[in-house]
Amino acid sequence: MTEEIIIAGFGGQGVLSMGKILAYSGIMQEQEVSWMPSYGPEMRGGTANVTVILSDDRVSSPVLQSYDTAILLNQQSVDKFESLVKPGGLMIYDPNSITCHPERDDIRIFQVNAAEEAARMKSPITFNMVVLGAYIKVNPVVDLENVIKGLRKSLPERHHHLIPVNEKAIQRGMEIVKAAKLHA
Amino acid sequence: MKELALMKGNEAIAEAAIRIGVDAYFGYPITPQSEVLEYLTLQRPEERTGMVILQAESEVAAINMVYGAAGTGKRAMTSSSSPGISLMQEGISYIAGAELPCLIVNVVRGGPGLGTIQPSQADYFQSTKGGGHGDYRLIVLAPASVQEMADYVELGFDLAFKYRNPVLILTDGLIGQMMEKVELPPQKARIEEFDQSWVITGKTPDRERNIITSLNLDPDLQYEHNLKLQEKYRSMNEDVMFERIGCDDAEFLLVAYGSSARICQKVVDIARGRGKKLGLLRPQTLFPFPTDEIARLSRQVKGIMSVELSAGQMVEDVKLAVNGKVPVYHYGMLGGKIHSPEDVLSAVEDKFIGGL
Repeated sequence: MTEEIIIAGFGGQGVLSMGKILAYSGIMQEQEVSWMPSYGPEMRGGTANVTVILSDDRVSSPVLQSYDTAILLNQQSVDKFESLVKPGGLMIYDPNSITCHPERDDIRIFQVNAAEEAARMKSPITFNMVVLGAYIKVNPVVDLENVIKGLRKSLPERHHHLIPVNEKAIQRGMEIVKAAKLHA
Repeated sequence: MKELALMKGNEAIAEAAIRIGVDAYFGYPITPQSEVLEYLTLQRPEERTGMVILQAESEVAAINMVYGAAGTGKRAMTSSSSPGISLMQEGISYIAGAELPCLIVNVVRGGPGLGTIQPSQADYFQSTKGGGHGDYRLIVLAPASVQEMADYVELGFDLAFKYRNPVLILTDGLIGQMMEKVELPPQKARIEEFDQSWVITGKTPDRERNIITSLNLDPDLQYEHNLKLQEKYRSMNEDVMFERIGCDDAEFLLVAYGSSARICQKVVDIARGRGKKLGLLRPQTLFPFPTDEIARLSRQVKGIMSVELSAGQMVEDVKLAVNGKVPVYHYGMLGGKIHSPEDVLSAVEDKFIGGL
């Protein structure tokens, strides 16, 4: 099994840390992983993306031009990455602030109202965990149990009291994710 | 028990340096390698092993601090990125001339000049052909994973002391900034007892003083010194390292190192999935270069392509090894742009079409 994922959005949305937790979760289930962030000028321009690869075999190229899954958290990312999802692949996006919705009919597209849900939970900072929950519900590449182990490993000890809040956010994401209706 | 971590390549170099007991690091920040100095500073290795970390006032100062520390027989290292490494070239030439062991890490960025912070392999010539003035060589290691970033710190120091020669780890932001699973070496104490027969400290009344210099005004002596250096560089061939991926039955061969080799692994996977016999030779040492292995493979394959993030530098060494037996091509991206596996594959199909 190899899963090639792009996560993209604004800086500050937790794109890189979501990728890191996903990578840690992969390690917890003894997979090979790579986490390749955008670190160049695009990072300084306010957008962030990270390519995460989880695989049972040695990971080859950490740089890709097509993905099994795209997790897209703003309009620029939808515009940039929709066409790069492999046919039959998966896209998850937060419809909040999206005006031009994805239109492909050869991939599976899901929506998660993560920003709204995180605000309702009075914990906007767990936005990225709601999204992560949506992803592992639709495509269970990693077990929730391993995600929690991954969180424990990636968060410094002084933040471990936040793990339950994050776990709740992941579970909410699993509950609210839904297939997107195509705006044909 | 194995200690696994998820780390950036730059951090893996820093952590490995502490764990294998390096004595001193002197450096100056520059993207995309600043995490080496940042990580070392945050870790307070002076408390873990007594390792010295010093942010110098410039790259020129840093390499000269390495020169001084290396002269005492201690394990000293520095890291920088392309423009900073250019500033260090005078010092590196002196260290090579004085035959001192040290480790230098170049996390290459796109050039020339200040260039871009994006990954590039355009410093191949500078790294493998001398870089500074005079007939000298560095041992050049080319890691292609975060694991190799960690492993090559110890390997680098072993080779540096074996040959009393500077060793360069040649990498780029792709490997430096990427996080992967890495098995860290166990923590060792710094070496207190070591061969002091050539160092400038610890003179005892029963031996002559040692002199460390790269200056030899007597042409006969300098001539002899150069012959000795060249003999040493030739002898390094016994430590050549490479990885063969799908080479056994390959009809066409890619040659790539470091980040480009990672991309080419995927190219080989895709091509093999389509039933095409494509192989990849990945040099892990760029000096010594796997000349003999490439020569051997050139008797087996129909064509060879060197795939680099440059305008074509390693391809010259590949051509020397192949010596005209089969066509040799170059494919590469410049200035910090990275070729995708699909880009390389279409170049391969283009050149080797009919066969592939």
